[in-house]
Amino acid sequence: MTRRELLRLSATFPFILLMHPHPRRLFAAPVQGMPQPRWDRVLMLIELNGGNDGLNTLIPYGDERYYQARPRVAIPRERVLQLNEKVGLHYSLEPLMPLWREQELAWVQGVGYANPNRSHFRSIEIWETGSDSEQILDEGWLARLFEASPPPPDFTADGIVLGRRDAGPLSGKTVRTVALEDPQQFLTQASHVPAIEQTSSNRALAHILQVQRELTHAAGDLTRRLEQSSSLQTSFPASPIGRQLQTAAQLLSAKVPVAVIKVSIGSFDTHANQLNHHERLLKELAEGIVAFRHAVEQAGQWDSVLIMTYSEFGRRVGENASTGTDHGTAAPHLLLGGMVKGGLYGTAPSLADLQEGDLRHHIDYRSLYRTVITNWWGLPAIMLGKQDFPAIDCLA
Amino acid sequence: MALSFQEARHLLARTGFGGNPVEINQLTTMDRQAAVDSLLAGVGQQTVTSPPQEVLSAMPPPQGMKGMSFEQKKAFRQERNDEALALKGWWYQELLATPSPLTERLTLFWHNHFTSSYKKVKWPALLYRQNVLLRRHTAGSFSELLFQVAKDPAMILYLDTQTNRKDHPNENFARELFELFTLGEGHYRENDIKEAARAFTGWHVALRHGGGFVFNRHQHDGGVKRVLGETGMFGGDDVLSIVLDHPACAAYVTTKLWREFVSDQPDLHEVERLADLFRTSGYHIKPLLRALFMSPQFWAPENRGILVKSPVELIVGTIRIFQLPTRETEVLAKYGRRLGQDLFDPPNVKGWPGGTRWITSTTLLNRWQLLQRSLRGTELGMHPHQGTMIDMAHGSAWITEESLDTVQTVLTAVPPVSPLPDTADRWRAVQQLVMDPVYQLK
Repeated sequence: MTRRELLRLSATFPFILLMHPHPRRLFAAPVQGMPQPRWDRVLMLIELNGGNDGLNTLIPYGDERYYQARPRVAIPRERVLQLNEKVGLHYSLEPLMPLWREQELAWVQGVGYANPNRSHFRSIEIWETGSDSEQILDEGWLARLFEASPPPPDFTADGIVLGRRDAGPLSGKTVRTVALEDPQQFLTQASHVPAIEQTSSNRALAHILQVQRELTHAAGDLTRRLEQSSSLQTSFPASPIGRQLQTAAQLLSAKVPVAVIKVSIGSFDTHANQLNHHERLLKELAEGIVAFRHAVEQAGQWDSVLIMTYSEFGRRVGENASTGTDHGTAAPHLLLGGMVKGGLYGTAPSLADLQEGDLRHHIDYRSLYRTVITNWWGLPAIMLGKQDFPAIDCLA
Repeated sequence: MALSFQEARHLLARTGFGGNPVEINQLTTMDRQAAVDSLLAGVGQQTVTSPPQEVLSAMPPPQGMKGMSFEQKKAFRQERNDEALALKGWWYQELLATPSPLTERLTLFWHNHFTSSYKKVKWPALLYRQNVLLRRHTAGSFSELLFQVAKDPAMILYLDTQTNRKDHPNENFARELFELFTLGEGHYRENDIKEAARAFTGWHVALRHGGGFVFNRHQHDGGVKRVLGETGMFGGDDVLSIVLDHPACAAYVTTKLWREFVSDQPDLHEVERLADLFRTSGYHIKPLLRALFMSPQFWAPENRGILVKSPVELIVGTIRIFQLPTRETEVLAKYGRRLGQDLFDPPNVKGWPGGTRWITSTTLLNRWQLLQRSLRGTELGMHPHQGTMIDMAHGSAWITEESLDTVQTVLTAVPPVSPLPDTADRWRAVQQLVMDPVYQLK
């Protein structure tokens, strides 16, 4: 490794400095400002809409309290895919097990925030803007990040939103976000739309004009790139998330330059008859991810993609009377990709030390964002504010 | 002072689906008060159309669905899906036929406030009954509406009151009651939700016996509850009364109506004045609407053309203003869904977020595609042989009879982004105005 490479690496991954037994020696080399941003890397966000039940996803099967709290909703021990003697995965996530064994799958446990809000709308807003519990921010965390550190202007878009949920972290005044429910249809329709330069002091009109500008730009770019790329050889499940991940894989294999792709699956709001519904959702998610990984690997892009899930909250520890679970707090989230160092991160929230029947979080959700911002993209994380949300050392 | 043409146009765009020159000119003989009063006087409780009979009657068989085979269940579900689409199509029929567009705008507002979705409720008949309920109180008493909605079968199924039992309270309804229906965030605590949920235990639907509301006292928690600082052996109605007594309730509902009808930036001072009036009038909606429509901000020129038309407003407004012939309104329901507003199926309990959120790259393209095709006459369920764009002779003769300036004023709330070319081709001018970004505004 040359000195230059080492420098770049240590600047891109600051945790290397911290973990090195002789950090002084590494620090001695002059580090000049921030490293080059890694805009060759894509973040794939998966929104688990509705509040995914973390306890039935990464299951504390080794803790009898889990079975006591959920006589009807718990996953039986023998069906849990054990990761260690304490926790294991829901059986629907079986397709992900090869990725776990290859150490490409990281589970970050007990993710949440202080003073948790149990409203869907408020809590997803907190997650999507990157705010404190009581703080109201107008723009998504990625929108704010890209305002400070914009992706290259020749990108097709800063973010592409697939599926039916809205742009969430990608909504803001300057961020260039394109929603693509059906790429082919999008391109056909967009080819009739004139490119415009105008803007307006009327906020609603300014928004429409901005959307028009973004879509004409993105459409021109997508048309060119998709025409030149070959079609995917991988077959995807026919579920809504499967279709979204298929489109995402098409975009990546066509080397469409974009910083973020967002997909969504839901609803995880399992207040009633949770078992069948949750089983299906997790299965669709796992099958979709496996197909996505195959296709993206075929295209030689797997090392350039980081998959990360998020959801407004986990669910309450105790089940309700409707064979379901109500809104809760902390939950595990997954990171997945060619550069991910697989494993369990953080500790599972204790079932013995609850807060009003809910799990206590150990890792602030913004640590996940910090990981993406500094360790994945090599960008400054100033927009996360003054509090320290350390990056999670889960990227190689 | 009599309304100007511009003002009359604005009033119709904001309280209905817009108007053609004849409708606009009818209002220019009145002053603001008279025009507002005439619109409010037109608000009705009954619809002028009715949905297909089968939509109204289908309910679960008394013996349940246990004995059915897989195929029977599948067929059963398909029937319900067909009924749901028929129900959605029916609302468009009413939207197109109504003599009082304000009635529909208000019913749409309440549908987006007291949300329920077919996806969750699964019984189109119950959603229809909820729609009838919303109409009965659409400009009546908010408190009466709240008391009724809490016992409405579709609502009980939608927010899981059906499984809210003494030993296992389900908090879903209690939470949304505070957060979305009456107070808004910051005026209650988690514990208020937990306690209030207990008060609504036993409020159920007799699904296999006609689908009406029943109070199951065996599942009701009769114990002492503490809600918003009050303590007592409260039942659900008591909790609703406590919420209505809370000072935040009137302001919350008023702010939401402001956003619907005036602007997306409520004037706090004026909202407070209106909310006081709302509260002291005993939560009567009509006086509040009158005051809202008479507020200076409603008429302010800078507040014109600053709201985005909802998909329903875009579709219904376009058909009404050009008198486009329609055949099957189920097609319109499907179009609404493509544009992001699937009637009777809001995305979640918060309803459609609306405003600029209606416009994404996908929905904007879909809006333009719909407009282009409907002007060409290839969409909106028309017979192909009727496909000669607008029937100039019938209903939309104003396009050629009025001046180009008037046509522009009728179609757009603010000047178009692309100025009209100096053209004698009236048809081209209309098409350009409809495809201009400002046509999306009201």
